[in-house]
Amino acid sequence: MRPLPRTPGLSFKPEHFRDIMAAPSAVGFFEVHAENYMGEGGAAHAMLNALHADHALSIHGVGLSIGGAGALCRDHLARLRKLIDRYQPQSFSEHLAWSSHGAEWLNDLLPLPYTDETLATICTHIDHVQDVLGRRMLLENPATYVTFAASTWSETDFLTEITRRTGCGLLLDVNNVFVSATNHRFDARAYLAAFPLEAVGEIHLAGHDCEELPSGPLLIDTHGAQVANPVWTLYAEVLARTGPLPTLIEWDTDVPDFATLLAEARRAYSLLEHAAIGQPHAA
Amino acid sequence: MLPDSHSATERAFHAALRAADPPAGLTAPDPSEIALRFKVYRNNVQASLTRALAAAFPVTEQLVGAEFFAALARVFIATSPPRSPVLLHWGADFAAFLAQFPPVTHLPYLPDVARLEHLRGQATHAADAMPVAPDALRTDTPEALRLMLHPSVALFTAPMPAVQIWRAHQPDARRAPLTAGPDHALVARRPDFRVIIEPLDTDTHAVLTALRQGDTLGTAAHHGDPTPALTLLLRHELIIATGGPE
Repeated sequence: MRPLPRTPGLSFKPEHFRDIMAAPSAVGFFEVHAENYMGEGGAAHAMLNALHADHALSIHGVGLSIGGAGALCRDHLARLRKLIDRYQPQSFSEHLAWSSHGAEWLNDLLPLPYTDETLATICTHIDHVQDVLGRRMLLENPATYVTFAASTWSETDFLTEITRRTGCGLLLDVNNVFVSATNHRFDARAYLAAFPLEAVGEIHLAGHDCEELPSGPLLIDTHGAQVANPVWTLYAEVLARTGPLPTLIEWDTDVPDFATLLAEARRAYSLLEHAAIGQPHAA
Repeated sequence: MLPDSHSATERAFHAALRAADPPAGLTAPDPSEIALRFKVYRNNVQASLTRALAAAFPVTEQLVGAEFFAALARVFIATSPPRSPVLLHWGADFAAFLAQFPPVTHLPYLPDVARLEHLRGQATHAADAMPVAPDALRTDTPEALRLMLHPSVALFTAPMPAVQIWRAHQPDARRAPLTAGPDHALVARRPDFRVIIEPLDTDTHAVLTALRQGDTLGTAAHHGDPTPALTLLLRHELIIATGGPE
């Protein structure tokens, strides 16, 4: 399986289908949420088939609850396996988060403490996913609003150890790094300096909202706006270290017209080109 | 550390999503702001599920207004939360919930409109199947013909004019006075992926119901003239196989 191209990619939204088909070479890859394609048939699958005929595809899961305490849902893993067998995407990724409790689906990415115990559970879950899917997955760093007193690992050490134990790759969401750093008042550059960039198979860029708390800003990861300038700066700094990487512009709420997404993709493209020139020996 | 601390943490966090206070064990640069920060998760869970429900039941939302719908969704989510991350199927029991929900008893047609919207959603994502060519119906013994209909086909019936109300809330709707129910409709997805909701008279609804359950054309015709039913099935290309007597 060839990897994702080291180009900009976009979240696929059905309302953009006609625009995409009219200019099929404008974007290197598209990403979809796995759970939106778990119906049996209909326009969703027809569009995804047509899209994947011309473009690399990343399937991004939001439903596995890898960070949950309980065992993974076997039914959901089976659905995922079916989807991945059907589309053979270039990448599959999921989140360092939990989103169901017992049988109840909560539809949000919730945070967890970073301890020896949660580390062992998550590694078991990732081993299970990679076994069932027969491929390496990428795990995404979260955007969080609270932290846990019980945590004994830093997030970067935690992610590094997960990759060491399971062999999984990472999806570096630079907006999530900026959101978490702002919210928890740490230095995003220090976080990125400690991040295991050699494991990164894809980058996410997205927009956020800002609320004001008495002590300062609280950023909310909305995927509903343009990528903020400080996030572009951090992204360029990451690329200077890694060379070009597949980079998704993630936009899921208040989705704009396709031209607006393309403008964001072009901005990523110019930074990717710059990184390619800066690293003539990059693969 | 207790061996079950991960599940205990998750349990406490989950319980607090529907409680007044955040769970114990959270930290923040300014600890007095933990409740404000935790509220983001509480809001995200509520808002994202409400958005999903409203997207599946847009006319139901229009009929009660967005603000009331959000309040109603809060009760529905608490009593009937999704049991799967695949939200395409969530809401099968929304109509039954509305029928039992005292604040909407003055809108007796509301549960039927919700039931119609759920059928529409299921038709959208039903399995694919190729229609037969029209000449597949050519036979010397039409009364013995059986039709296999597309997996998206559903037949709807309601004592109130729920189909008319649903149609009146479509973007291209023309104003027309409601006639008293019952209302019947054919819900299905065409090969071009358009989901149709076609109003039916009582006879045609009965003929289609008989055909869908595998009766021969001859038996289905006991319920009324089969011509309008066949015309609809051919026009929307909803016949996927034909057969003779068993």
